[in-house]
Amino acid sequence: MSDIDPNNSVGIVTEQYITIFAPPNELLLDSGRRLGPITLAYETYGELNQNKDNAILLLHALSGDHHAAGYYSSDDRKPGWWDNYIGPGKAFDTNKYCIICSNCIAGCRGSTGPASINPETQKPYGLTFPFITIRDMVRAQKGLIDHLGIKKLLSVAGGSMGGMQALEWAKTYPDHISSAIPIATTANHSAQNIALNEVARQSIVADPNWKNGDYYESEPPARGLAVARMVGHISYLSDKAMHEKFGRRLQDRDDVSFDLMTDFQVESYLQYQGDSFSKRFDANSLLYLSKALDYYNLAEGHASLKDALRHVKARFLVLSFSSDWLYPPYQSREFVSALKQNAVPVSYCEIKSDYGHDSFLIDNPHQMRLIQDFLGHIFEEVKSNAA
Amino acid sequence: MPLENHTSLSSHRYEFDVICEIIEEKSRVLDLGCDEGDLLNLLKEKRNIKGSGVEVAEEKVYHCISKGLSVHHGDIDQGLADFPDKSFDYVILSETLQEVRNPVLVFKEILRVGRKCIVSFPNFGHWTSRWQLLLGRTPITSKLPYYWYEGPNIKFLTIYDFIYFCNVMNYTLVHQFYLRNGKRISLLPNLMADTALFVIK
Repeated sequence: MSDIDPNNSVGIVTEQYITIFAPPNELLLDSGRRLGPITLAYETYGELNQNKDNAILLLHALSGDHHAAGYYSSDDRKPGWWDNYIGPGKAFDTNKYCIICSNCIAGCRGSTGPASINPETQKPYGLTFPFITIRDMVRAQKGLIDHLGIKKLLSVAGGSMGGMQALEWAKTYPDHISSAIPIATTANHSAQNIALNEVARQSIVADPNWKNGDYYESEPPARGLAVARMVGHISYLSDKAMHEKFGRRLQDRDDVSFDLMTDFQVESYLQYQGDSFSKRFDANSLLYLSKALDYYNLAEGHASLKDALRHVKARFLVLSFSSDWLYPPYQSREFVSALKQNAVPVSYCEIKSDYGHDSFLIDNPHQMRLIQDFLGHIFEEVKSNAA
Repeated sequence: MPLENHTSLSSHRYEFDVICEIIEEKSRVLDLGCDEGDLLNLLKEKRNIKGSGVEVAEEKVYHCISKGLSVHHGDIDQGLADFPDKSFDYVILSETLQEVRNPVLVFKEILRVGRKCIVSFPNFGHWTSRWQLLLGRTPITSKLPYYWYEGPNIKFLTIYDFIYFCNVMNYTLVHQFYLRNGKRISLLPNLMADTALFVIK
């Protein structure tokens, strides 16, 4: 695409890969099993400075990946998932910071996951892939950050599942980050969160093509995955956003069909979203990642959430959105409260938005400004402490 | 419509200076209803405090964060409950008391989380208020600039009222400052002062 604006975009980007945790130094997982070697796909935008103190790790959500900004070629029409926020002069200013984003383990966009070849069997892992947790994802990311020679990240930031990883970073590696920006997220998956994920999982495993996860040499369970995505997609929107976008408008017809044809625009939209997702995502990955989300409970193994966060040193910017019913603002306030009880400097803002959980992915000038201002002050502090 | 912008920095200037003088170097300070963070910012520069704020208006939260402050977007009760006992040297309630729904609870919480409280409020006993009431109108003053049907203020109190309240609640008055047009006065404060500022514990 010839109209990529170098003043407003990171431009053409390339994927990179590292392989770490090779046997006998496999990653010990929360489940007690070991995983290795682990390949991580990642991208970077902006230059790492000499002090290596301007690096920010971005953490993607369930359906996201390491392609957070820029384009893969001049013909590429779809930029990375947070392109609005990453680039010269943007919230994550690539003139100042080095932005890193990696595909999480159990993902399906280049990092080791259930679709990867198990070196022991030379076959795709499928269901033999170990179940992982949010903390396991973070431990793998720490391997990447060590590999890049970065001792302390300026910040870790992400929405939804990415926000959980940001919290986990702050808890598990308190000396290795200066700040954290968890957005539209929670410190533990609620019953409603787990329930929605279970519908998605049941939809996949009910697809006859799923075959206990052993489908890599046959037709994938595209239908089950599409329905799973449809459920997920509803939870990312809001009543008001759907009403405004679709109302009760009919799809390519003047009257309802009185049969099972697609009547409403919202049906057609969801089907399209489901189908396009199942072309780009691996059903087993969704199963594994949804389990990691459901297992997520930051306070696990501690007396309380406060106790779990007692070693945190990072400064926090916590953002939630008024219309997010997947991870409603009260879930953010819960861990904000625990951080404050530990005297952690934390700023919290509930941004008014009608776009539901997806608000954090959408061009939102308030979110942009909050992140930009927060990071600006953190970077000044880090620089003045180093001087 | 307010008669003047009573939140501007300049109209609070003297009050802010007084607060700056009261607060010791490196104190831990919580500002309830911190507005755009001007006072906290001033205290950070002049007194090197460790500060944070609570603010209910989203737009104002953006301003606080742009100043590098830690701020909690929420109402005062919500913002207080999380803090352990005596986690602040000072809790500031600057020209916010008249908007507080349950002052008894709020002061209990303030003096739980803070060692001292700095509170300022517009004095409803000021002669201009009394005069307007005498004429049969609800007072509108530079410090209480709203008609009865608008504005955020729900509690109207005089300096005597507050001193009586402190007696009833067993709070000690550590300092008291009476201001008129941004200047300190001492003569007949309940009649002459438009603003009162107390340090209590």
